[in-house]
Amino acid sequence: MPAVQETVEQVRSIDVDQYKYGFVTDIESEKAPKGLSEDIVRFISAKKSEPEWMLAWRLDAYRRWLTMKEPTWARVDYPSIDYQDLYYYAAPKTKAAPKSLDEIDPEILKTYEKLGIPLREQELLAGVVREEGSDTGGSRVAVDAVFDSVSVATTFKAELAKAGVIFCPISEALRDHPDLVRKYLGTVVPTSDNYFATLNSAVFSDGSFVYVPEGVRCPMELSTYFRINEQKTGQFERTLIIADKGSYVSYLEGCTAPRRDENQLHAAVVELIVLDDAEIKYSTVQNWYPGDAEGKGGIFNFVTKRGDCRGKNAKISWTQVETGSAITWKYPSCILRGDNSRGEFYSIAISNGRQQVDSGTKMIHLGRNTSSRIISKGIAAGRSQNTYRGLVSAHARATGTRNFTNCDSLLIGPHCGAHTVPYIEAKNSSTVFEHEATTSKISDEMLFYCRQRGMSAEEATALVVNGFVKDVLQQLPMEFAVEAQKLIAISLEGSVG
Amino acid sequence: MIPLLQIKNLHVEVGGRKILNGLDLVVDKGKVHAIMGPNGAGKSTLSYVLAGKPGYEVTDGEVLFDGEDVLAMEPDARAARGLFLAFQYPMEIPGVATLTFLRTAFNAQRKKRGEPELSVPDLMKRVREIAAKLDINPEMLRRPLNVGFSGGEKKRNETLQMALLEPRLCVLDETDSGLDIDALKVVADGVNRLRSPERGFVVITHYQRLLNHIVPDVVHVLAAGRVVRTGGKELALELEATGYAQYQAEAA
Repeated sequence: MPAVQETVEQVRSIDVDQYKYGFVTDIESEKAPKGLSEDIVRFISAKKSEPEWMLAWRLDAYRRWLTMKEPTWARVDYPSIDYQDLYYYAAPKTKAAPKSLDEIDPEILKTYEKLGIPLREQELLAGVVREEGSDTGGSRVAVDAVFDSVSVATTFKAELAKAGVIFCPISEALRDHPDLVRKYLGTVVPTSDNYFATLNSAVFSDGSFVYVPEGVRCPMELSTYFRINEQKTGQFERTLIIADKGSYVSYLEGCTAPRRDENQLHAAVVELIVLDDAEIKYSTVQNWYPGDAEGKGGIFNFVTKRGDCRGKNAKISWTQVETGSAITWKYPSCILRGDNSRGEFYSIAISNGRQQVDSGTKMIHLGRNTSSRIISKGIAAGRSQNTYRGLVSAHARATGTRNFTNCDSLLIGPHCGAHTVPYIEAKNSSTVFEHEATTSKISDEMLFYCRQRGMSAEEATALVVNGFVKDVLQQLPMEFAVEAQKLIAISLEGSVG
Repeated sequence: MIPLLQIKNLHVEVGGRKILNGLDLVVDKGKVHAIMGPNGAGKSTLSYVLAGKPGYEVTDGEVLFDGEDVLAMEPDARAARGLFLAFQYPMEIPGVATLTFLRTAFNAQRKKRGEPELSVPDLMKRVREIAAKLDINPEMLRRPLNVGFSGGEKKRNETLQMALLEPRLCVLDETDSGLDIDALKVVADGVNRLRSPERGFVVITHYQRLLNHIVPDVVHVLAAGRVVRTGGKELALELEATGYAQYQAEAA
């Protein structure tokens, strides 16, 4: 088990500084002026050399956004956002499009190294570790790194191309595969969907695009690392993943951000489209700056993630590990449209300090004999508030549908809160929905037992919490399990003792 | 020679209630000391104070482990110095495989002592060897720590941890409780294998029967928070015959 051992060793080697990703990379960036207007939307579109229809799409979204109101139903509380006081576009200056990693700004590479994401090494590792065509799962990862708003490094392109898989920045997809983008963009999360998604539609700067052709099993895990770096830069990523009939892809998304004093807005949109007999596995590790102990600073994360099982026997699996952000507003959802389609949601949400998490999922059963499974593990420490909010619904036509939901909450310390808000709607009589929920406290006895065996309070907490979230951690690809375990340990520092 | 453990005039309160009341005890390397006494005498409190459990307030006295004041140390620092407590009621930790727990504890201690961590295969080899001697099914090592374990399995698991961590002072708190005679023998054999000229034991028990298997060098009677009588192993037999009533009366 070399991978397991490596995991263990990496976890062991964690530097236990408080938020250690709080550094700023010094790179000149090219910004649009502050504020939001039609001109800014045009500026972004022009920067990307987008086709006319794309500009029209953005402008339509922008005009709609002007008529909308920020939602207030979530259990989060934050100062009002001045949308005119933000930058909507920032790009690291590059001489020309990079041909290889050697041409990437060394500052950026250094940043990723600090984060433990050495692209070079990953590329090397991937070349050596496995033989061609070996399907033992594991350590091959293609990384499309998003630094601020523009993708700066893309690896493994050649090999993916051989399999016919398209994996590129969405701006590039708009140029090279406009018909595919036009066919699917906004079909799962329409421009009118919600306040933040509509804003994203107007101003998104970049993101990833994936198309897996019919019958193709993507030969490696796809990965994107997001990172917010520029001061006062709103981040509006747009991801579109299409799994054509009978295909399979596993996509990993991971995020860390440098320490900043001001609140930073992030409103991403992710759309997944899965056709007949295809499957998308989408995993996230999110570790944005949560703010300081008093709740100052930190990222506001308002994300719309939704997948559409558009064909029969389609499958979507969301796995998320949420440890960062001051405010998290996020409900990765599945529309189970095709008959026999399946949706899964595995979540670990950790909050500490003054963090506020309102997260969960929606499983919307439209097709017959569709099934879904929700496993949510919420961990609240410090003075944080952690809410699970979920909807499971079965349409009148969706006969024979099944759902199993399990929501567990773990409280650490006396000042935090955990809340579970499940909505369940069954509009036909053959539906079977199950819901289980527990809330527990991490006991002093348990911690003392671990400490008597030599573990520090932090190590003991991390061990107990890792046990609590094990069911979900097991769903993550190995590469992310390492990062997730690190984050769990780091994000709970200072929560005990 | 500095004694392995030296407790001087120890006074301890829990929630404002006085439990230990001027306890003195000296344990040398290589010796097994049994602490016997009636319920409520403060036996478990003694074990918790030694290990550093929060909530136990030392109002007077001192505890020296190898000449060092341990009362000022965090529980994990005491453990890393070689102080081990076999719990009367070992905790269950859901989702954490026994082997993972062992590895985490083992390497945490080594790290604190500035020693290199042991690789997973090396550690597994050691654990398997010890487990075999304690009649522990390797399958148990994959199960979450103590979850759904029988009383015997839990105590064998404590003994396994003790053997793996190789402490210099082992405190056994009512290790015989919840054990049938066969399990008791396995656990006692495990403890006896660990006896060495470098290691000391404090065996806390209410009953004499454990001491038939783990034969002590010294027996102390604890009543109302202090040692009221000290003798050889024959003292345990005497107590079995006479009971604790006289000491309770004496202390009161």
